[in-house]
Amino acid sequence: MIPALQFDGIEKRFGNVPVLRSVSFQLGAGRTLGLVGENGAGKSTLMNILGGNLAPDAGQIFLHGAPHAPAHPTDAARAGVAFIHQELNLFTNLSIAENLFLTAFPRMGGVLIRRREMLDRAAALLELVGLAADPGAPVERLTPGERQLVEIARALGSDARLIIFDEPTTSLSAREMNALFSLMAKLRARGLAMIYISHILEHVHQLCDDLVVLRDGVVAGQGGVNDFTASRLVSLMVGREVDQLYPRRTSPPTDEPILEVHGVCEPGIVRDISFTLHRGEVLGISGLMGAGRSELARILFGLDPHAEGEVRLNGGSLLGASPRCHIKRGLAFLTEDRRHEGLCLNASIADNLALVSLPHYARPPLGLLDLRRWREAIRGIREAVRLSPQARDTQPVKTLSGGNQQKVVLAKWLLARPAVLILDEPTRGVDVGAKQELYRIILDLADQGTGILVISSEIEELIGICDRIIVMNRGTLCAEFLRPEFDREKLLAAALLKDPSA
Amino acid sequence: MTALVRRALLSDYFVLGLCVLYAAVVVPFTPSFLSVGNGTNILSTLFPLLIVALGQMAVLITGGIDLSATAVIGLTSIVGAMAINDETGWLAGSPLATPSGVVIMLAIGAAVGMFNGLAVARSGMPPFMVTFASMTGFSGLAVWLTHSKAINALPSAFVVLGGRTGVAFGIALAVAGFAHLMLSRSLLGRWLYAVGHNPRAALISGVPVSGVVVSAYVVSGFLAALAAVLYTGQAETGSPVLGQRIFLDIIGATVIGGTSLSGGKGKVLWTVFGVLFLKLVDNSMNLLNLSIFTITMAKGAVILLAACLDSARARLGTP
Repeated sequence: MIPALQFDGIEKRFGNVPVLRSVSFQLGAGRTLGLVGENGAGKSTLMNILGGNLAPDAGQIFLHGAPHAPAHPTDAARAGVAFIHQELNLFTNLSIAENLFLTAFPRMGGVLIRRREMLDRAAALLELVGLAADPGAPVERLTPGERQLVEIARALGSDARLIIFDEPTTSLSAREMNALFSLMAKLRARGLAMIYISHILEHVHQLCDDLVVLRDGVVAGQGGVNDFTASRLVSLMVGREVDQLYPRRTSPPTDEPILEVHGVCEPGIVRDISFTLHRGEVLGISGLMGAGRSELARILFGLDPHAEGEVRLNGGSLLGASPRCHIKRGLAFLTEDRRHEGLCLNASIADNLALVSLPHYARPPLGLLDLRRWREAIRGIREAVRLSPQARDTQPVKTLSGGNQQKVVLAKWLLARPAVLILDEPTRGVDVGAKQELYRIILDLADQGTGILVISSEIEELIGICDRIIVMNRGTLCAEFLRPEFDREKLLAAALLKDPSA
Repeated sequence: MTALVRRALLSDYFVLGLCVLYAAVVVPFTPSFLSVGNGTNILSTLFPLLIVALGQMAVLITGGIDLSATAVIGLTSIVGAMAINDETGWLAGSPLATPSGVVIMLAIGAAVGMFNGLAVARSGMPPFMVTFASMTGFSGLAVWLTHSKAINALPSAFVVLGGRTGVAFGIALAVAGFAHLMLSRSLLGRWLYAVGHNPRAALISGVPVSGVVVSAYVVSGFLAALAAVLYTGQAETGSPVLGQRIFLDIIGATVIGGTSLSGGKGKVLWTVFGVLFLKLVDNSMNLLNLSIFTITMAKGAVILLAACLDSARARLGTP
């Protein structure tokens, strides 16, 4: 049988740096292949070659047996290759139907759009992907998960024969994720070949038939999915044994309260939230997307208003103050949206690192910066978070990998020496090796007495690093678990409870 | 070869190189281009333009734009002249006329800037619309104040202040030096860039975003008024339409220098070279006896060229 896709000896260098070295593997017709590897392993480069964004230096690609050498992304699309990206590529101001047919509107005389036909065909595609929405509705009204279904519908509408899913679950709720997975199963049953790229190995195991592990531009392992245990997969990706993803604490949390939250309410968002975070404690907040976790964090940090309740840091009230005052008081907040809220992507690494703590280095009367102290601080923090040593201080931060970008965001907060650190999805889109390093940094901080509040959608992560986990459900706190009672099923059950007040 | 082109394009001195190249091409056709008299002529109009352009740059770095600079020049010129002229002025004949006149002008400039800044930062209206409205409104006010008449008979001390190229040079040098120091080494400077790059991330990182935006517009209004002092002194006349001809030059020179309209990028040195280049083009075409319309068209082409270079640089800057 002819494979759906075959890579044969693909080579690619950027300057003198080889990023892909004789990469060869194939994807059988109607099968789903998991492509895993750390950031920088070459996954994106390989997919960019497949999608016509880059040309390989050597090697060949065969699509259903025919040579495939796209010079441009449209060539790849015409050959039936479709990408579903983590950053969605929809025009939010246009309707669903318009997005579906953007490049191939059904037309009259080549000019006017046949509206009726477009809407009918759109409705059929939406039914296929299981999205109950009006094809005339603007995309901006859809949730991230629904938008992804529109992207898949668009791929199907353009007769894609190979769909590549690149980290498709990063912005989905649990329910949307399950809907996506069952749609993928349906597509597989229809004989569609798929490539699934993800850092979440559980999902890869669940969805894929075959696996390819890339490391430093070479295929480090390939085979049927059942040949790979989770730990073998991780060591293949990282190239060394990662015996302990979640490092151990050296000192226990204290009983000394540092952040006290009393009866915080905001209509329609959160209801009567009270809890206490202690010095040196790692407190996790679990719950489904939309349960109000990130919203609560934004209220605590003074970004969003709240109607009632009190927040005290170190005994002093934080009511109604701006983020600037919160930072001065010792609060830090790593948001879930690294690209839009965490970093100035075009600014240099040094400028990003310094942003929060800059006032510490300014001297009156003009606010001139003490550049020597500033540079020393930056050098120190770079070492502390083990930022990639190849990266120069003046390089734009967007040129870093996801893991290193996240280290920059964390480091900029650490430079301000916070007493309480709020982390919202601290390891989203970060590879296994960098994850472990981030956990190490977080737990070291807790050992030194910082209070840490972690929001995460990965239950394993919370179980791995927290001393205590509280669960939010529809805007209220509904359960609390201490470390000895941690249990995946119980945590999920609390998050899913139909009526949290019962 | 490509590496050389790349380095040249990304260099801070690229536009200075263009200036030298342009001068070399033009000299054979206009022998008087290099004369001392012409040099002084170029410099006398270069310094005030540089001062307004530096204010414009501060606003562009935050990702905004200030279209009202020319209106500030006209308004402050006429109000200053009304206050201090020797015939009808409120301060006529007073020994403090010149310093008070300057203070009044600078205060008005800063106040207009404050108005723009607060409107942009507090209401969230787009900077283009806010400053477009204030350009229209304040230039209207300037004309209305004297029914479009110019005011002569300015005190001699005031004329010396603006009219002597040496004084203008001193002021421009001080402003440029101070601006460079503040942008590259001060807290406010780093905050301006951060707000231009990503106001959302800056706010969450504790940057007082509204205050930073307001201060950029205040600086722009203040420097436009300072330029108006020089222009008014040069012309020995307060005029409500004083700034209108340089509307294109202010934004053009800043952008030619390399300051990005999308924010987060800009250097004092770039703007110095941008102003120099624009002035060279302007002056050489005057010497060639081309009409004002031809010159305006040529400037349009130069600004387009600058935009092309900017996008080429942006592509080169990101591998």
